Amino acid sequence: MKRKLFLHAALLSCTLAFTAHPLLAQNSAEPIKVGILHSLSGTMAISETSLKDVALMTIEEINNAGGVAGRKIEPIVVDPASNWPLFAEKARQLISQDKVAVVFGCWTSVSRKSVLPVFEELNGLLFYPVQYEGEEMSRNVFYTGAAPNQQAIPAVEYLMSKEGGGAKRFFLLGTDYVYPRTTNKILRAFLHSKGVQDADINEVYTPFSHNDYQTIVNDVKKFAQGGKTAVISTINGDSNVPFYKELANQGLKATDVPVVAFSVGEEELRGIDAKPLVGHLAAWNYFMSLKNPQNEAFKKEWAAYVAAHNLPGGDKRVTNDPMEATYVGIHMWKQAVEKAGSTDVDKVRDAVIGQTFKAPCGFVLEMDANHHLHKPVMIGEVRPDGQFSVVWKTKEPIRAQPWSPFIPGNENKPDKVATGKEFPNPLDLGRLAASAR
Amino acid sequence: MDRRFFWLLAAGFWLGLSSIAWALTPEQIKPLAEDDFDAKAEALDQVIASGDEAAQRILDALRDEQLYANKAGQILISHGDSYHDALTDGQVEAKADDLQPIELNNVLREKLATGLAGLQLISPDRAVRAHAIQTLLRSADSALKPLIDKARSSETDPSLRAELDQLWASTMLRAPDPKRRQDAVAMLEQRHDPQMRLVLAPLLGKQSDGTFIESDPTVRKRVEQVLASLEREEAEIQFVGTLFAGISLGSILLLAALGLAITYGLIGVINMAHGEFLMIGAYATYCVQNMFISYWPGAFDWYLLAAVPVSFLAAAIVGLILERSVIRLLYGRPLETLLATFGVSLILIEAVRTKFGAQNVQVSNPRWMSGGITVLPEMILPFNRIVIIGFALIVVLITWLVIQRTRFGLYIRAVTQNRRMAACVGIRTWQIDCYAFAFGAGIAGLGGCALSQVGNVGPDLGQSYIIDSFMAVVLGGVGQLIGTIVGALGLGVLSKLIEPFWGAVLAKIAILVLIVLFIQKRPQGLFALKGRSLEV
Repeated sequence: MKRKLFLHAALLSCTLAFTAHPLLAQNSAEPIKVGILHSLSGTMAISETSLKDVALMTIEEINNAGGVAGRKIEPIVVDPASNWPLFAEKARQLISQDKVAVVFGCWTSVSRKSVLPVFEELNGLLFYPVQYEGEEMSRNVFYTGAAPNQQAIPAVEYLMSKEGGGAKRFFLLGTDYVYPRTTNKILRAFLHSKGVQDADINEVYTPFSHNDYQTIVNDVKKFAQGGKTAVISTINGDSNVPFYKELANQGLKATDVPVVAFSVGEEELRGIDAKPLVGHLAAWNYFMSLKNPQNEAFKKEWAAYVAAHNLPGGDKRVTNDPMEATYVGIHMWKQAVEKAGSTDVDKVRDAVIGQTFKAPCGFVLEMDANHHLHKPVMIGEVRPDGQFSVVWKTKEPIRAQPWSPFIPGNENKPDKVATGKEFPNPLDLGRLAASAR
Repeated sequence: MDRRFFWLLAAGFWLGLSSIAWALTPEQIKPLAEDDFDAKAEALDQVIASGDEAAQRILDALRDEQLYANKAGQILISHGDSYHDALTDGQVEAKADDLQPIELNNVLREKLATGLAGLQLISPDRAVRAHAIQTLLRSADSALKPLIDKARSSETDPSLRAELDQLWASTMLRAPDPKRRQDAVAMLEQRHDPQMRLVLAPLLGKQSDGTFIESDPTVRKRVEQVLASLEREEAEIQFVGTLFAGISLGSILLLAALGLAITYGLIGVINMAHGEFLMIGAYATYCVQNMFISYWPGAFDWYLLAAVPVSFLAAAIVGLILERSVIRLLYGRPLETLLATFGVSLILIEAVRTKFGAQNVQVSNPRWMSGGITVLPEMILPFNRIVIIGFALIVVLITWLVIQRTRFGLYIRAVTQNRRMAACVGIRTWQIDCYAFAFGAGIAGLGGCALSQVGNVGPDLGQSYIIDSFMAVVLGGVGQLIGTIVGALGLGVLSKLIEPFWGAVLAKIAILVLIVLFIQKRPQGLFALKGRSLEV
């Protein structure tokens, strides 16, 4: 009986969705369901749990302020358990069973690649909050993290400048998966364009959760004897702790060989004694230590949320770049829904483009037609308390280049995502999705 | 280092000597508080060049991160609660909230270090002078010569004098007279420091017009020889370093695997939750550390000593409970044991995750375990690794003594060799199983305590060691402690030998392939248990 009822309801809602969607949107009693797709267990739990928490905080904030166009948001949290195929399964469940209007989630590129076909097939909407390697542009995804030209390339330019120490040799060190490999491919091409020879670039990879960096630190030392060297680290996850510990214990100081990291933020430094790391660098688009009213408010709200919900870690919890990106993403989606007057994916998609939001990074961020945010780039130096002090930043937010000009074959890639009307007929969908990967 | 800065430095130094000190003005140091990098660098240069008392004060405060600027652009030095004007040293009223700390970046920090070192070359304190020479040796510049000449004439300590001569030589590498250049190269060779390659190698380069920087071919030849000999020394140092790294990795593997050698090797339980005993030991260390922080902060450096028995007991108790509640029911059914302990391992991980959070927790090294000892130039052996190697030796010794020299050990060996016969002569085999399992778990707890000092402490800690532990035990030969020891150390050294050539990812694969091949050839492992024990 119950099942029958459910079937009827599902059928009815389907018909409604097709015929009278705008009407449904006006039903203010009905909460809007949104999905939160972050690993709460497994290797990535370390990073992703905070994103789930901050997403719930933002939703609570919006609900307390009256919701989205008068409707409350109802978060549906699922745990894909750091298991990439499970990401796709959970995404499918969120879109087709739970009928969420939008999903906020994913951290690693491999998880995003895993859910992408699902979102494209079911025409769902994903907000992806983490800096990544680019080489992707989907009409079903909004990228609120940085593309390579908003993080990696400015960081290397800084290292080569007089201010950054004038590095001549580069040690590219990363975890062995798609993000570091693609980023390093782009960086190598970029360094070539700046006249750096292959002999002055060393590329080394370690497996996930590698924890013995003795040989590698030795190699860095040896490599540095050939001239001013900088290490560009795309090490991901908890491998960073043994790496930095080894650096400090072997007496490699930031003034000799600075390490600039793309995946180390406040959260990662929480599990580590930061004193020996002072002076090492990280490139992001937001730091917790920034001083501006939006960030003060954001930090206060986060501290209050942590205290109110008694989250593990307590007053030691910090904010970081992907958390800010999650916060910005949810607000942009809210503004877009209010502009479109509907939660319909096609309408919201068009409305998100051009949205602006005064973000905790201190800038007004705008969503570009290429589905990426304009973001300011900042270089921070590690402080003894595990926070960063900003030593360099761009004056204005920079437009993202998801298709890096340093990768051959990208010249003819589209500069923006096709909008509703321009979008080719659905039969081409598969082909387009394939080319986007 | 730009040359102008050193001339300024040198000029300042001489002026300082003739006691016509340049007084710094507030306008000169104001840019220190600004965001413009070039202005900041310029201001720092001027402070260093002035070389007077105020400059020394400012530089020290900068190094100690005690320099602040207030809203009016006045530069202040903090002395705990009170603030003093940087130039006049007079006390100034200031609220901490209004002050902006003056921060340096790496380039400025190095400039500061060189500047301070230049001023410190004639410091009355020997240690300060020695440190200054070390700092300057890394950045040889002929503009430093007047300062170094001056220091040489006044230096009385013979060993420092020799170092100063080498420092002086490094500034003579571009002298006009080829004879002196050659002498300078010879003098630098005496250092036997591979770092000197940084100074020497550029001499062999070519200028923009195609001629060599070092114009004299004989000197060039000499430089090449010295570089080659330094290269050889470097290779030797590298080899020693690799060996140490291998032994260190091996000792960590050994600590992880030793407990398994007892539970799997001796009692034959395939315990997939073994890694979680490591994790429990590490978390016990974390708890002890936190207790010391809150109750006895003064004794913090010794928390590790208290953590050792606690981590042993914590893991042993969990082991005891696990044995009594699960494994006891499954003896003789290896497949079920494997699955059940795997389940238990997941439960333990989730329990810790719920209690302590999914984040890694911070376990800091006590002060005596941070840093390292310089055994050869360019080779620093970290203290934490040395301590762990020693700790591994002690744990192995204790385990060996328990197994070989105590009645309990005798019973374990008896049960291992022939369970039925042991039972017949009156040994309570169930009790021995139980205690031996707890003992193995406790040893794993000790391993966890050690691991917390080199790696991450998180709920997943055990997962990354379980495979390696089984590899070490199986490679060494099940049932033999010595096998595990040789297996673990061998794996460590082998993977460190392979890593420099193939990288970490391929090294891991290569090791696995080698083990598979080895086990094919010799299924019983390195050390086979002799006798009738394999009938179980």
